[in-house]
Amino acid sequence: MSEEERIKKFCCIATKGTLDMAYPPLILATTAVAMDMEATIFFTFYGLEILKKDIDLKVAPLGNPAAPKPIPGIPIGVPNIVGVLPGMTAIATMMMKSWMGKANVATIPKLLENCQKFGVRLIGCQMTMDVMGYTKEQFIDGVEIGGAATYIDVAADADINLAF
Amino acid sequence: MEVKKELDCKGLICPEPILYIKKAMGEVESGEIVKMDTTDKGSLSDMSAWARRTGHEIVEQTEEGGTFTFFVKKK
Repeated sequence: MSEEERIKKFCCIATKGTLDMAYPPLILATTAVAMDMEATIFFTFYGLEILKKDIDLKVAPLGNPAAPKPIPGIPIGVPNIVGVLPGMTAIATMMMKSWMGKANVATIPKLLENCQKFGVRLIGCQMTMDVMGYTKEQFIDGVEIGGAATYIDVAADADINLAF
Repeated sequence: MEVKKELDCKGLICPEPILYIKKAMGEVESGEIVKMDTTDKGSLSDMSAWARRTGHEIVEQTEEGGTFTFFVKKK
């Protein structure tokens, strides 16, 4: 098949289980399909959280100097050390959900639904599932399970490879 | 210009307008026109990138009061 006819492929790895880091792989994979490409996301380590049916992702306020400022218009952030206090993760998560909602960004469950509708291949990493105690039943429908060789096989043919 | 299908993507933000236009391309025949309205400023560069990549053609593009209108001809 000539280069012109060959369908381009997008592949990425999702390794983070925080709310902010769940957006990029899902947004880019669905966009790749919308641009007539095939897309695969390989979920490993904390990234497996994104696949859970009872999804409950949070924003980590610690060690994130770019965390948005709590009071609109006042450029004072939350000091990093305050991030260790009980409840700060919940507050940071609530704030991010509120900004995303105001900006009308799709929610993570909606983005996952788009992935399923668009036929994005969602692969859960078998090894980290075993290590971290996940079962396939905890995940949304249509998730395939595979290991490193499965990823390398997909990645070797991909035109775009990213890690998040 | 005969418009076969209209898409109202006003208020939607990246990447949703691109997902909707992709879906619409599957619902019309080759040569037919889909009209799409967006308010997402990113859709200006995103729509041209999408068209370049997929081969569908933006035959006309207008802007009025913050609404961008694209007329897309299916390849």
